[in-house]
Amino acid sequence: MEPLIRIRGLSKRFGNGCNRCLSATGPEFETNMCPHCGSVVACNDVSFDLFKNEALGIVGESGSGKSTLVRLLHFEWDATDGSMEIQRNAGLDTMPELFADGDLYSRNLLGLSPFQKRQVRNALMGIVYQNPFLGLRMNVSSGGNIAERLLGAGWRNIGKMRKRAAELLEKTEIPLDRMDEPPKNFSGGMQQRVQIAKALSNNPLILYLDEVTTGLDLSVQARVLDLIRTLQSEYKLSLLVVSHDLGVINLLCQRTMVMKYGRVVEAGLTDQILQDPQHKYTQLLVASQL
Amino acid sequence: MLTVKELSKDFTLHILGEKNIAACRDVSFNVPKGGFLGLSGPSGAGKSTVLKCIYRTYLPSSGAVWYDSAEYGRIDLAILPDRAVIDIRTREMGYVSQFLKVIPRVSALDVVMEPILARNGVSREEARSRAVGLLKRLRIPDHLFDAYPATFSGGEQQRINIAHAVSWKPRLLLLDEPTASLDSGSVDLVLELLKELREEGTTMIGIFHDSELMASVTDSIFTIS
Repeated sequence: MEPLIRIRGLSKRFGNGCNRCLSATGPEFETNMCPHCGSVVACNDVSFDLFKNEALGIVGESGSGKSTLVRLLHFEWDATDGSMEIQRNAGLDTMPELFADGDLYSRNLLGLSPFQKRQVRNALMGIVYQNPFLGLRMNVSSGGNIAERLLGAGWRNIGKMRKRAAELLEKTEIPLDRMDEPPKNFSGGMQQRVQIAKALSNNPLILYLDEVTTGLDLSVQARVLDLIRTLQSEYKLSLLVVSHDLGVINLLCQRTMVMKYGRVVEAGLTDQILQDPQHKYTQLLVASQL
Repeated sequence: MLTVKELSKDFTLHILGEKNIAACRDVSFNVPKGGFLGLSGPSGAGKSTVLKCIYRTYLPSSGAVWYDSAEYGRIDLAILPDRAVIDIRTREMGYVSQFLKVIPRVSALDVVMEPILARNGVSREEARSRAVGLLKRLRIPDHLFDAYPATFSGGEQQRINIAHAVSWKPRLLLLDEPTASLDSGSVDLVLELLKELREEGTTMIGIFHDSELMASVTDSIFTIS
């Protein structure tokens, strides 16, 4: 089986950088800030494959570079280096320029123009942030939030957009009589579910989940996680699940990468990472679990 | 079907000052297709470690685990890429642990149905009727079918665990003390299920704390010293 996306050598540096940045940062040095030039190596040389209908976990503490990774892959930030290639699929039929004749994989998506990146994102990707303020317009109705996304994906018929919004909100268990209310009126768990509805509106193949349950009550967390599990199997989504919570990763992901100071220190089957962690940091992380 | 060759597993505990623990050393054995091998040995000899190395919950330190896969042919599970291990676990290899580990907030019936649905390509009704049949055979009371197994007694949990593992008829089944928390009546039910599964061609490796029981169900025994 061929992966849906191939990520190779993904790197992001903030600052001008010098030729000693890489040899003076990382887990061995317990910092991601270069002592010579002050640049921050947010992530360096990250490579992995994401398969169809697979959930891949990324764990690590704050500052390990896991959210940076998602922002690079969602085209919010420009990578310093690296490539992202996607397997040919129906969602990209309108963008034949991405594929050289007959090639199974696209050219490097990170090198596309901003306009093309937006097109790819609208066709294939959804994202749910820890902070609903990043993913939602709090003063616009919940239905309107979804319609905005649909407009971006090329929808034009108001009636159809409203129907689709209702469908999605129903799926994410938002009472339909509250669809015209803005998310600012909602509880944290409901806001997260509106975000999920919005992220799914364009029928994405890839869904990025960035600490989506962090800060929610346990019972609310459970409902959001159950919803994600159901939606993943229903829509055959590929998930990239970023979390510092091993419980969340264990529930959702079969494979996991562990990051520390901008580097992947370990990658493996989730049960292996939890029961036979290899790297010192992973052992500490597993031993620190409540 | 499965040949374990000079398998060793060490744990290096970095957070305990690089402490090294040798969990098993130079284990070699062979299980023919359709066979049932029992693993015996004193507590701490590394029986569970060997099973977990085969299932790849543990990364073997050295040695090989040759398996004749229906999908991939002859492969070394010790070094197989993660994605292929997931595939083998999904299609061919099952594992029963000593304790039930299920996803929370999923009903007993769904726990047993899920692998049938995901793996055997049957309709929802067919999967449901198979799961119900299995739960009934294991004497799980009807009114518990839609309850969460986390709230069940130890014996009931273990029977759900076994139902979950055998429901989809894996090609290779690893059993780590599957009868440990069961009363004798339930033990007989489980052994009968395993016998049927073998007749349908499943190869098995098992650990049982009761040596008499182990001798009666397996067709050869390997002792880890």
